[in-house]
Amino acid sequence: MSGDRSTRGAGTASTSTLTPALMILWRDLFVTWREMPAFLAQVLLQPVFLLFVFGQVLGSLGFLQEGYAELLFPGIVALTAFLTALQTTALPLVIDFSFSKEIEDRLLAPTPTTAVALEKMAFSTLRALVASAAMFPLGVWILGGIPWEAGALGWVVLFVVLGALTGAAGGLTLGTLVPPSKINIVFALVLTPLLFTGAAQYPWASLEVLPWFQVVTALNPLTYVSEGLRGSLLPATPHVPAWVCVLALLGFLALLTATGIRGFLRRALD
Amino acid sequence: MTSAPPAHRADPGAAPGGAAEPAVEVVDLVKRYPRSPRNAVDGISFAVRPGEVLGLLGPNGAGKTTTVGVLTTRVRASSGSARVGGVDVRRDPSEARRRLAVVPQRPNLDRVLTARQNLVFSAGYHGVRRAERHRRADELLERFGLGDRGGDKVDKYSGGQAQRLMIARALMHDPQVLFLDEPSTGLDPQARLFVWERVAELSAAGTTVVLTTHDMDEAEEVCDRVGVVDHGELLALDTPAALVAEHSSGGSIEVVVTPPDGARRPRGSEEADDVGTAVAEATARVRGVTAVDRLPGPAPTSRLRLSVDGDPAAHLAPVAEAVSATGALITDVRLGRPDLEDVFLALTGRELR
Repeated sequence: MSGDRSTRGAGTASTSTLTPALMILWRDLFVTWREMPAFLAQVLLQPVFLLFVFGQVLGSLGFLQEGYAELLFPGIVALTAFLTALQTTALPLVIDFSFSKEIEDRLLAPTPTTAVALEKMAFSTLRALVASAAMFPLGVWILGGIPWEAGALGWVVLFVVLGALTGAAGGLTLGTLVPPSKINIVFALVLTPLLFTGAAQYPWASLEVLPWFQVVTALNPLTYVSEGLRGSLLPATPHVPAWVCVLALLGFLALLTATGIRGFLRRALD
Repeated sequence: MTSAPPAHRADPGAAPGGAAEPAVEVVDLVKRYPRSPRNAVDGISFAVRPGEVLGLLGPNGAGKTTTVGVLTTRVRASSGSARVGGVDVRRDPSEARRRLAVVPQRPNLDRVLTARQNLVFSAGYHGVRRAERHRRADELLERFGLGDRGGDKVDKYSGGQAQRLMIARALMHDPQVLFLDEPSTGLDPQARLFVWERVAELSAAGTTVVLTTHDMDEAEEVCDRVGVVDHGELLALDTPAALVAEHSSGGSIEVVVTPPDGARRPRGSEEADDVGTAVAEATARVRGVTAVDRLPGPAPTSRLRLSVDGDPAAHLAPVAEAVSATGALITDVRLGRPDLEDVFLALTGRELR
């Protein structure tokens, strides 16, 4: 590689193009690790409150049908995976590219710029996986028990990972598409609808009574994460078939990754 | 990805001296930003020798930062080529980034990390091995006067300290070419001097430095050669001395004279003007003096500015002789040496600033 400089730069010889990206990932994990309590509070507060109010409080007050908490739990795990990844990617990118410029030192690493974008996705996915995993003990604690099926583990992992990746790709798209001056309004306009049209709080099949809403929810990638997880954990509940969920998520993932990387390159290079 | 292409083929006719391959080479570089009516960089070509300090001098918006942006792989050129350390920055930006480092105009330090972590991680991004990056971090913190501040978060740093840390960070992977964008803007004189000394050291150690500046003193003090850039074009490129010799008409001598002793008269008399006129006539006849201007001065003194060819110091003795021949006394002298400011004025018709 940089072999024409035998006398200087001696420490840099052994690198592949992957090394810089891994080091950038290590930097992000290092920073997260130091702020673990803050990180967990940040990503878990919303799903915990949703579980507590909709699963526990309303149930105790007798407003909910028996078994609703079970329906809710897979949706909340899906929501945690998807939205944590989305927000972890989008918000820092907006700040990095506009105000702090901190990302500049990573864009100068000897690695393709696309690799830096993919690192952002990988990091958000890891954070989302940690947050989603934490929802299981929290679910047991808040609801007193969570649905589980023998042999569901593989499917659960698959859908959580796909959901996190898709959320990260969506965050990459959103974070590079939105001008910094509009970030507040865009987040408000995007996050709330995503939160409530993703079949997290209701099974998709039950929306037959509201056909227009069923169509709207079909456009939200989160729907396929919720349905996939619900189908894995509660096979008896009517749900979108797993293979449809996987295909839909792969499609969203490919599309959003492509738009996200394009947006990232546009912001990184003048 | 393997960066295998033989990026080091010397381009015949590129190196001006024909000796070593240039450390930086720009050929017919053009950059036009979308929705912009004119080219930000409009056909710039130059080459920088290894170990040389090249300054790009020009006002804000001249195209200096865009040129550096292209060379540092952050700006895509519209046409033309740019090579750093022999690597085409467009064809192989990753490999080019291995050989270069940038100190940007505005601080972009990693604010959640300490100073030392900033250095260590930056070296890590560049693939410097673990033991080596810790050793270099300590060494550079020491060299940049931050030895006792390594554990501090960088948001506690002053502007000058942040600037020093950014230069230290840039040196962590031992780049062949260091780009400094307006390195001393906003720094106090002492910090400026510190940066200039480090640049001189780097150059002496063989690192090529390309800096942009709109500061004449910086260009003159630090740079081996200076390129004058305006409206996206490189108007001239040479050593500061050669630029001054070629593009400025000459220097000036300012003298303040008083009438001969004992001839002093009450305020408002004509005496001072008489002396001033006599001195102006006498000095105008001195060889090399091209013009004499009377400047306002308090009575009974007279102030005159003589424009001269070349170095004003060379004309000082004959001018003093001509003044004393009139009987007037010189009470003050100021030499105005031609500098890059004059060069810029001559090349662009405008003052820089």
